[in-house]
This record gives sequence, C-alpha cells and structure tokens, in this order.
Amino acid sequence: MATALQTQTVDLVARFPEKVTADSRAGYSGFIVNKENLVEVATALRDEFGYDLLSNVTGVDYIAENKMEVVYHAFRTTGGPGLVFKVQVERVDPIELPSMVGIWAGAEYQEREIWDLYGIKFTDHPDLRRILLWEGFEGFPLRKDYKEGFFEEEAKPFKSRWPDGKHVFAEMKNPFRDNLKFPENFDPESYQPEDEKDLYASLERVSKPLTEGEMKTDHIVVNMGPHHPSTHGVLRVAVTLNGETITGLKPVMGYLHRNHDKIGERNTFLQIIPYTDRLDYFNSMANNFGYVTTVEKLMKIPVAERAEYIRVIMAEMSRIQNHLIFVGMLINDLGSMYTPSLYAFEERELILDIFEAVSGARMMCNYFRFGGVVRDVPEDAMQKIKDLVHDRLPAKIDEMERFLNQNEVLVARLTGVKVLNAEDAIRYSVTGPVLRAAGVPYDIRRADPYSVYDRFDFDVAVRYHGDMMDNYLIRFDEMRQSLRILEQALKQIPEGPINSQKPQYQVRVPAGEAYGRVESPKGELGFYVVSNGKPNPYRYHVRAPSFVNLTALETICSGSKIADFVAQLAMLDIVMGEVDR
Amino acid sequence: MEENKYEGLNLPNYNIPEDIQNVVSITTIDRLYNWGRRWSVWPLMFGLACCAIEMIAAQTARYDMARFGMEVMRPTPRQADMMLVSGTVTKKMLPSIIRLYNQMPEPKYVVAMGACASSGGPFKEGYNVVAGIDKFLPVDVYIPGCPPTPQALIAGMIKLQEKIDKQSIKKVRWYEKGKVDSNYVPMPILGPDLIDVRRNTEIKQAAAAKEGA
Repeated sequence: MATALQTQTVDLVARFPEKVTADSRAGYSGFIVNKENLVEVATALRDEFGYDLLSNVTGVDYIAENKMEVVYHAFRTTGGPGLVFKVQVERVDPIELPSMVGIWAGAEYQEREIWDLYGIKFTDHPDLRRILLWEGFEGFPLRKDYKEGFFEEEAKPFKSRWPDGKHVFAEMKNPFRDNLKFPENFDPESYQPEDEKDLYASLERVSKPLTEGEMKTDHIVVNMGPHHPSTHGVLRVAVTLNGETITGLKPVMGYLHRNHDKIGERNTFLQIIPYTDRLDYFNSMANNFGYVTTVEKLMKIPVAERAEYIRVIMAEMSRIQNHLIFVGMLINDLGSMYTPSLYAFEERELILDIFEAVSGARMMCNYFRFGGVVRDVPEDAMQKIKDLVHDRLPAKIDEMERFLNQNEVLVARLTGVKVLNAEDAIRYSVTGPVLRAAGVPYDIRRADPYSVYDRFDFDVAVRYHGDMMDNYLIRFDEMRQSLRILEQALKQIPEGPINSQKPQYQVRVPAGEAYGRVESPKGELGFYVVSNGKPNPYRYHVRAPSFVNLTALETICSGSKIADFVAQLAMLDIVMGEVDR
Repeated sequence: MEENKYEGLNLPNYNIPEDIQNVVSITTIDRLYNWGRRWSVWPLMFGLACCAIEMIAAQTARYDMARFGMEVMRPTPRQADMMLVSGTVTKKMLPSIIRLYNQMPEPKYVVAMGACASSGGPFKEGYNVVAGIDKFLPVDVYIPGCPPTPQALIAGMIKLQEKIDKQSIKKVRWYEKGKVDSNYVPMPILGPDLIDVRRNTEIKQAAAAKEGA
C-alpha cells in the first residue's frame, strides 16, 4: 500500500493567508509560498508543525511560464506523510532566493547543487560555490535552454541517429569534434583557469581559530583524494590540520558527476530504469524500487501482488549485501587489509547469483517495471533464496559477528569515537542507519510505509550512542531484521501474475508531480518526477541519501583525529555514483 | 656483432650438448623478460565508478585475479604497471587521471574497463563526461560490458598478457633512445569546458568559426 504524500495534514493557507496559496495546477499538490515570506513560513513549519527533517530541495525550470521553481519536501521524524512547499521566481538573472540553511542545515549542499545546475542564488547561504562542476564552467546545465556538446534532440528516442541508414558519430556533428562547448571567440591559449582559492577561502572560514593561551602551531591543509584508496571512490576532501586534529573540512565532489538528471529528462520513463541502477551501484534493486514507486504514484496504477513480494525480497537481499560490504570495507579502512572483505564478498556473490538468475545481470539488474517486475523468479532461484535466508546467511552473520565484534583493536578503535548525535543528525537531514544509530527510530518502511512493508513484523533497528561502534553494530541489527522480513515474505508470497500492466515500451504518464521515497540501505532515497504528459519526464531529480548525508561530514569530523577520518567517512557509507549522480 | 652464430638459439630444437642438458635450458631474453612481466602486472588501485566494484569482486576469492599475478594493487602510481580505468571518466576527474598516468613509470599499460571508459557508454551525451579515455591516453585493451563481469575482466587481462608476450625488448618504447617521455600527456585545463591543450589551435578556430556561421 502506498501512502499518498499528497494528503495534507497541515493547512498552511489558513495559517498564512495572503502569504501562501495552495498549488492548484492539475496533478500538483502542496503550497506555493511567497518569496518574501519563505523564511517565516519555513520557521513555522519546523517549530509549530514539527516538520524537522527537510529531506529534499530541488529546482524546476518552467521555461514556458518564464518561471523558476524551488521545491521543498519536509517530513516529521515521528513519521507520516510529508509536506511540499514551493517558491516561484521570475526567470530573469540574477535569480535570488533566501537560503534555508539557517532553518534546516541539511539544505546546504542541495542549495549549492541548485546554484550549480540552475543558477539560482541563495542569499545568506554560508558557502555558495559550485558543487558538482568546477568554478569557471560555462552555463547552468539543468536549465531547459542549455544545450550540451553532444545535443541532438530534445527527447528520446532520437530520430536523427540513422539519417541515411548509416550511423553518424556524435563527434561529427559538433564543431569541436568532441563533447565540448565553448563560448564564441574563445581563446584557449590566453585563458587563465580559476584556481581553487574559493575552496581554500571557505575552508579557512570554517577552520577553528586559535584560542587564547593555546600553543601557536602551524595549520596545514591536506587534500585527500580524488585518488585515494579509502575515500570510497572519487571523493576529495580538503582538511585543515592542527597536528593530528582536524580543525576544518570541506568535501569536494563532482568527480563522478555523470549528468543523471539531464540525461534522465531526455530519456523516456522506461529508459530511466537502467540509469537508476548506476546511482548506488551496490543496490540497483533499491534504486529501481524508488523510481518505479514514484512513477507508479504518478500513473496511479496498482502493482501485482506477487511482484510486490518479489520487490521486497530483492530489496532486502540487496540491503544485506550492502551492509556486508559495509562491514568488510569499514574494517579495510581501519587497516585490516582485505581479509574481512573477502568474507563479505563471499556472501555477496551468492546474493548476486540470485540477482543474475532473475534479471540476467549481476550488478545492474534493471529488474523492476511499472506495475511489477520484468520476469518471475525461477523455481531454482527461489529455492536458493530460501536456502540463503533460512540457513546460510543467519549463520554467516553470526560468524562475522563472532570473528569481529569482540576483537580488541576493533572495539578500541570504534567505541566512543563520535559520529553524530540525534539533534545534529536531524538538523543535517541525515537519514538511514546513521540517523538510527543516533537514537532516532526513523525508518521509511515504518514511518511512511510503501509497497507491502506494512504487512511484515519487524523492528526498526535503533541504537542510542551515536558513536562509531553503534553505527557499526546497527548494520548487523538491520541485516537480522532484513532476514526477518525475508522469512515472512517467502512464506506469504502468493502465486499470480508479476505485472499488473501489459508489457509496453512507452508508458503513458499523466501530467503532474510526484515525490516517492524508499528506505535504501543508505538512507532515504527519493525521486522527484514532474511529467507534462509527454513520453519524457519534464523534471527528474534524485534525492540521493549519500549526497545529503555528506552534509554532516564537517560536523562529524571536526575535532577528531585524522586517523579516524576514514572510518568516520566509512560510517556514512557513501557511494560516489549516488553522491555525484 | 656475429649475429649468425647464435641464430638457432631461439628455435625450439636447439641442440644442447648432452653433458649439460640437465643443467641448462635455453630461451630468448625477450621470452624471459616478458614471462616475468606478464605474471606481475601490478594494477593501480584506482576505481572510478561502478566497474570498480566488479574489479574488487574479481580480486576476491571466487575469481581470484592473483592467479594471474595481478593481485598487488598499488595505491601509488609510482609502483604500478597498469592503469585500469574502471568507470566513467568525467571532465572534472580527467586532470587527476592524466596526472596519475604521467606519474606511472614505464612500462605502463592502460586498460579501459567497461562501456564508459571505452566510449562514454550510456553517459556519453552528458555535459561532464569524456567520451572514452582513449581521447587522452593510449589504451591497450578495451573490455566491453556495463559493467564487465569479473570473467570478462579476467579475459581482458589475459589479452593484456598476450600483448606483453608479443613485445620485443628491441622495439619497446621505454628502451628506445630519445623516446623516454614519448607517452607524456599534457594536462588538460578546466575552463568553460575541458581544454585539451594539444588541440588549442583547433578549438580557437572552431570557436571563431561559430560566430561567422
């Protein structure tokens, strides 16, 4: 059962007459707030109505109406549906809006992303720099009038690919013979690239100054990454160090920015599914789940009963596999090179075997479809799942726990080293295991149930210290809960069709907007999709848990030792495909 | 040099005197040199995107790249023989990749793993994506797939070994005089878009022509 996000529990219009209007466009919901009153309304939402978690902030470019819109999705950590509010501005540069960072600190990176890709300036934002692209990049790519180097047509499927029955290379159509785009009369020889003074200036700003009476020491700036074995991909972190202590920190990302949103807006709805696989490439099943849930909400179609169970089974298997890798990689980062990872990967391979059996691919499954899944689970694969869930995995998780959790070095490294407390975690919009390890029992499967999660008996794993040990142990708790869900799902799964719709290449999606979210192993994975009735989404945005969780990294690490930094970063369990998209 | 005297040495049935047959075996210096190199190709520990996960999977127990002498992942380019470009190459990342490549000592090889590294793959049209690492680095082996399975990766590595087998010490670039830095790639610059400094004139002309058109 999908709960409708659209159910409004708060009447903002009554509370703020003249300042707020209901969004009356067909298929849309929520409220439109006047730009001047945005801060006032947002503060009231947080303090009076209890919407303490600003989960998603994104922009939409309504070029036909000459408007830019910024959409906010706020939720309560006590559960229930969310609240959507929007603010609209004229599409005339400079476009300016008040920043939300003072109210919900979790908006910081998301607003930077909007500045980067839409060119909307957030006044009083503490650190407004480009985030995914580099300073000096020409243009704001997500604006509808931005055409990239290899631009062919507005929407897929392209008609021009085979003009004379012969393939034409995209390179041949571009004046620069490559995926490039330069301003007119650009002279590369006299061009002076912008250095990274902005980055170091903002690093300087956040770095703690010397206090009176403290010994005067040199502060050094260290850059980790983007090529570093422990940054889980191509993340770069600029750190100011006082001796071994981190006094300031700024992550630099975008090294894997593959233009997910822009490509998604050109794709048809169905074509996006394989792209979602490549967001969080450990959990393609969870990503598929989030996307199809959102589009189904928009299409208002039911999901076949058997498919719901298959989806849950795949998503939970994916979670177990993700947490196993987390444990292996964390201990890898702590210095126990590779051995625990080998144990983790052994089990992961068995789960990937099942994914391969049902979908044909180990990692990039592309398995979900609107209304169901693409294929039924073969009999032998079902047997394999049962063997894994009933026998092998519980024993292996116990085994891992026995090998690792009493290890003196591990316990000493993890216990008492801070990650986040509950208050900061909510403020920074952190979701997933990190939030739950801080003592907030917020799990979307329970707080705002989707699919058939309301039929299963499971506990929301929660721990209360918010230190590294709790963050580590909660992954084991979650694996156990996933096994519980899996056992029930395997028992309850009905026979029947696996898709409520006919197989189709082109789906009809009515105009409107939808925000769907699922509890991915990393946190709240949300998709914001706007359709205008055409075969391609008008706006397609991914609220990636890894990206938003990174907002808290500065707070997590400041004051810690540099040696703990890699482990603290590992606790956030980021995946660069999702951070940079 | 009396080359002809030793001509038969690299042929299979070279006649070794009977009294030293148990002590001596004869091979060519090329074969010995390549034998050593092919079984110790140390990859740069360098993951870009999804393909890196399959690369890790190929290193683990089930596929075990150690069988091919490729398990010693070096985090520093100064110790690596082979760069496995495992994932989408973005414009923002490219300068770092080129810097790493230039720091690797000869002999060095580049393997493009997966569709993205080979050609840009599904993300080719993206404004921040480089359509294949071969626009900048000389690629030795391309491995298709998105992502390639560990088996495909191993097949690609075997292809690289075969390539190493065919190289001759007489002809390889790293022993040739005056060719020491022949593989040096100038650093691209991040400007309004990615500037490949080798193509400056071309870019200038095309940017000027656009105005006239």
